Amino acid sequence: MNNDDVIQVSNISKHFGKNAAVQDVSFSVEKGEIFGLLGPNGAGKTTLIRMMTTLLHPDTGQILINGFDTQTQGRNARQQFSVTGQTAAIDQDLTARENLMIFARLSGLGIPAARSRATELLKAFDLVASADQTLETFSGGMRRRLDLAVSLVGKPTILFLDEPTTGLDPRTRAQMWQVIQSLVATGSTVLLTTQYLEEAAQFADRIALIDHGQMKAIGTPDELTRRVGGKRLRLQVTAAQSLKAAQVILQKTEMNPVQVSERTLTVSLDEGEVGQTAALLQQFDEAGIALSQFAIEPPSLDDVFLQMTVGKN
Amino acid sequence: MNIETSNTHNLKNMVTMTHRNLLKTLHNPDNFGDVIMEPVIFTLLFGFLFGGAIAGSVQSYLPILVPGILLQSILNAASGSGQQLREDINNGVFDRFKTLPIAPIVPLAGQLIGDIFRLLLAGSMALVTAFLMGWRPVVGLPMVAAALGLALFIGWATSWIFALVGLVAKNAEMIGSLSMMIILVLTFLSNAFVPTKTLPRFIQTIVNLNPVSYTVTAIRSILQTGTWDLHATVALLCGLLIISIFMPLSLLAYQKQN
Ligand SMILES: Nc1ncnc2c1ncn2[C@@H]1O[C@H](COP(=O)(O)OP(=O)(O)O)[C@@H](O)[C@H]1O
Ligand SMILES: [Mg+2]
Repeated sequence: MNNDDVIQVSNISKHFGKNAAVQDVSFSVEKGEIFGLLGPNGAGKTTLIRMMTTLLHPDTGQILINGFDTQTQGRNARQQFSVTGQTAAIDQDLTARENLMIFARLSGLGIPAARSRATELLKAFDLVASADQTLETFSGGMRRRLDLAVSLVGKPTILFLDEPTTGLDPRTRAQMWQVIQSLVATGSTVLLTTQYLEEAAQFADRIALIDHGQMKAIGTPDELTRRVGGKRLRLQVTAAQSLKAAQVILQKTEMNPVQVSERTLTVSLDEGEVGQTAALLQQFDEAGIALSQFAIEPPSLDDVFLQMTVGKN
Repeated sequence: MNIETSNTHNLKNMVTMTHRNLLKTLHNPDNFGDVIMEPVIFTLLFGFLFGGAIAGSVQSYLPILVPGILLQSILNAASGSGQQLREDINNGVFDRFKTLPIAPIVPLAGQLIGDIFRLLLAGSMALVTAFLMGWRPVVGLPMVAAALGLALFIGWATSWIFALVGLVAKNAEMIGSLSMMIILVLTFLSNAFVPTKTLPRFIQTIVNLNPVSYTVTAIRSILQTGTWDLHATVALLCGLLIISIFMPLSLLAYQKQN
């Protein structure tokens, strides 16, 4: 246990009937971190967030938020955080400003303070022009932004975000990350879930890998990527006849075994090998092998899981 | 950092939730129709359409109509309660309330306290429309207030039934139309709009057993003679009975949401 831990999850399990949604998960989050819960659909991310935010009682285990037990000190725990759920939880019948006002008032602000906080957030989230319209006219991105804005009315020091970027267009996604990062810059702690490895790797300080309700791995993005191996080179030959020749060339320069499927060749790249791939292209060219695809890819989420589960057995 | 959990906070939060409930009533066309438009339209419609046929003239029908239309307007507004709760639960707004450092009961209580104002709004619209059509209460203002109060109490008790439905059933739209149906059947199978004497015998039996009839009769005698009779007491007890059954059930269903 660490004094800087603002979230402590210890041996949490949750069953829905016979379905073990979360099994014996433990981790802790330090103050000022962006902590990513990474996992595919159905991994148990939402269930974990709902337990951390007092919406669901775990079967076993304990969760402390700033030292407050979510099960026995729910109201104290709730004073420590704010949460944005997986689907936008805003009131369709109210305007953006009214939504913000209601939650600002419920967070304990007086009317003038609530009003200025609402205006402040509308500005920060680029919603001023539609502040007084009902949400029917709002795009998905605007709703998502308002949803996050509502979570920030009380200037939370701990923020839970369940898949904040899923389904967003790239621009809104970038905006979202900007907001999250500026929040962390002011000293807040953010725990978020995502299905995108790349995103987690880019923005999270630490990642916990969840699958089938179990914690598969935890660490910084670098630590995790190192454990699953680095990037992969994937290429596709245009003509099936040149497959063999391509494989020979590839295997000559690459240390790792080359995998073949139909016209596609895949090989893991060790550190430093990424720079040599340009020379490889030239060799294919000289051998007269036409390529329809040539790509260096980060390991996919599937690869990571595969690797993690294989490593365990 | 710790905000004291005090009664003033709960009270303030209740006011905020009531405010929200009223905003929703005014912004949502469905709710606006139920609470503001229907009392006006029904009062006009019934008054001008049936006035002549049932009582000879609009003027002489209004005293019969007002108690019925008052209660119907209020019950109709009450029927929206379940749908609103279910919408809040389905779209996640309730979960968000539950993660705020407020008493867990505030969201539910906010809805039902807000309902009182909605019902008051609906009842007042009916009375004002009747007044504009020429209805003049023959009793003093305190008695009019007593009639309105009794109707509100019965309406609010009914809100708890609909709240329970909203908490238990999953589909908001279905809850809405089901609630509407129940209210229509309850009010039309009563003495709210027509004198019971004109009805077939077996329907009369149903009508006489209908608690809506008791309440309408009670309101009629309050508004016509200024007396609080046995019917009024029975209606009041009915309301109390409904609340004592459905309030605990609703609270239980609410807690089981977690
Ligand atoms: N309320 C519920 N009732 C029954 N099963 C549930 C419920 N919520 C989640 N589950 C199940 O728990 C597992 C984890 O779900 P969830 O936490 O939503 O995953 P994620 O958010 O990672 O996609 C899934 O198998 C899901 O079907
Ligand atoms: Mg989820």
